[in-house]
Amino acid sequence: MCGNWNGCEPAAIVNKFTRLKAIAAPLLRINVDTDAIIPSREIKRVSKVGLSDGLFAGWRYTEPGGRVEDPGFILNRDPFRQAQILLSGLNFGCGSSREHAVWALAEWGIRSIIAPSYGAIFYANCARNGVLPVILDNDVVEDMARQVTDEPEQHLISVDLVDCTVTAPDDTVHAFEIDAADREMLLEGLDAIDVTRKRDDEILAFQARDRLRRPWIYL
Amino acid sequence: MGHTIIDKLWNEHCIADLGDGTSLLYIDRIFLHERTGSVALKGLEDQGRHVRNPEQVFCTMDHIVDTTPGRGDATRVPNGTDFIKTTRDAARAAGLNLFDLGDDRQGIVHVVSPELGIAVPGVTLVCPDSHTCTVGGIGALAWGIGSTEAEHALATKTLVVKKPAAMRVRFEGHIPFGVTAKDMILHLIGKYTASGGVGYAIEFAGQTISDLPIEARLTLCNMAVEFGAWTGVVAPDAKTFEYVKGRPYAPKAEAWDRAVEHWKSLVSDSDAEFDREITIDVAQIVPQITWGTSPQHETGIDQRVPDPRQEPDANRRLSMERALEYMSLEPGTPLEGIPIDAAFIGSCTNSRLSDLRNAANILKGRKVAPGVKAICVPGSTQVKLAAEAEGLDRVFTEAGFEWRESGCSMCFFAGGESFGVEERVVTSTNRNFENRQGPRTRSHLASPTTVAASAVLGNLADVRKLERLRAGSNSE
Ligand code: SF4
Repeated sequence: MCGNWNGCEPAAIVNKFTRLKAIAAPLLRINVDTDAIIPSREIKRVSKVGLSDGLFAGWRYTEPGGRVEDPGFILNRDPFRQAQILLSGLNFGCGSSREHAVWALAEWGIRSIIAPSYGAIFYANCARNGVLPVILDNDVVEDMARQVTDEPEQHLISVDLVDCTVTAPDDTVHAFEIDAADREMLLEGLDAIDVTRKRDDEILAFQARDRLRRPWIYL
Repeated sequence: MGHTIIDKLWNEHCIADLGDGTSLLYIDRIFLHERTGSVALKGLEDQGRHVRNPEQVFCTMDHIVDTTPGRGDATRVPNGTDFIKTTRDAARAAGLNLFDLGDDRQGIVHVVSPELGIAVPGVTLVCPDSHTCTVGGIGALAWGIGSTEAEHALATKTLVVKKPAAMRVRFEGHIPFGVTAKDMILHLIGKYTASGGVGYAIEFAGQTISDLPIEARLTLCNMAVEFGAWTGVVAPDAKTFEYVKGRPYAPKAEAWDRAVEHWKSLVSDSDAEFDREITIDVAQIVPQITWGTSPQHETGIDQRVPDPRQEPDANRRLSMERALEYMSLEPGTPLEGIPIDAAFIGSCTNSRLSDLRNAANILKGRKVAPGVKAICVPGSTQVKLAAEAEGLDRVFTEAGFEWRESGCSMCFFAGGESFGVEERVVTSTNRNFENRQGPRTRSHLASPTTVAASAVLGNLADVRKLERLRAGSNSE
């Protein structure tokens, strides 16, 4: 366990994540890339906000750049408009590093994603923005997707970061794994820079030693 | 047990073991660009935080800058100028090394960083851009991060990272005529899927890799992220040292000797164990082309568009069906001969001098087919100047290609220039995602030589056949 991350005083509170019971929207495609989550043309300001309108714009709207909803797209259908959990396929969030993908999802209302695997940068970005990325087997995800398709308001999914479990609508419990550091950051809503700052002495000592060992690195 | 090159690079930069496989890693160098760097610098500023060691932070303008000759800050990307100005102001205020528009060191970040000797063997280098893994080709441990992590790296000179598993991909054998590093990496992704590398750092090794020039190694590592990997790396060797020597930020004089001595140790020990090993016989590879909307949707140029009905995996079948609909292709159609509307040579994958030379070799004395829009965008201003010095620009323009200023250009669509709705583009870039190069634009990824050959014939082309024509009776 990562004891060092416990007991740190949070200086800034980011979105905390502990438990969530919510409507889940199934978007069972593989390799959903961050260009699809938020097309670059939808990133119009040097800002982390104002992005939810552009979420999945290429699939959500009938025309590129338009705002007429495609009724066939899952997030345009009631009650999935209220979904806080997204179920998806292999390699979710692959592609571009743009953190705008997570910001757009979070702003739209998604607090947790459940998929068999993720793009590495997207995965790292999630925990830093209060979004919990859960990894479960594809079969489990597909089974849950089937369960939420009928009467999604009755068939809620529970995600518990304290116990590291997901409870399906049929009450089956699935354990998941997450790095201690990411878990801590989400549970406590910690600001990662503040946490690292507490090790500044160590960092500076490393730098001083390294300067002697690898002088050519230092410009 | 011995150490892999990944272990060695990791251990050298590990400040603290945070348990659970996670380390606090020292970050040697940080690169920023105006599209995502702007928001990181602004985020830092808003929090009243400062950049630690700004002399080790580099910044350039590439993503949304205009690439037409005579450009300024104006760009066709909506509000693009804001991104440029915000980045410039923040970079100046923070005292970063800025390679601005008009500076002859400007260019695509992953082309500039090895070119200027900022990425050298053994450094940890991060950038809020997924193709940062490119410079693994020089023996750096380099990976893409998000903007929040960039803020962390800027403020603390460190990142908290979970150590990935290690994979070694060996390429063995002699590279066949017409095949390039781009074809090798596309082949790997096609065979093992776009998520085949998830959770891994990859060492590319084997005789073929030793034989590859540095620029080709950069192309190979560039698409490690398209394989799902955390990063890719090639162990530095004599070729690497020769490439790095004398570059502006590279070590000099005695520091150079000490550095090389150290870099020689950055190889996997003979008894090092990898979590996974793959070996690819390069002799079996033909020029590759993608037919769908994921880099894994690819095959040899001599093949046909595959039939989703023959795919046993339901998810993959669905993704193939969607892809063929988007690409407007029928199963069973031979790939060679599919008419194209446009050809693009550029991007951090394939826009270095050697790429332009290879393409120019095909184009020399030939013309782009009527009706095909063809564009070449050198990867950096340095590349552009070097290419012009040897007359490559004239080869491109005489063939009918536009010759541009350096930048990412139409590698990705940000609301500015695009190839147009339902236009079919053969492109030397790295992503064929839906709408990547423009709303409903259809992208076929290939090597620069395949792009050049296709531009000449007006359809997806087998560069080997075209070159055999030129060679006449030569029996390559
Ligand atoms: S050339 Fe394309 S892939 Fe490379 S950094 Fe620019 S936008 Fe990204």
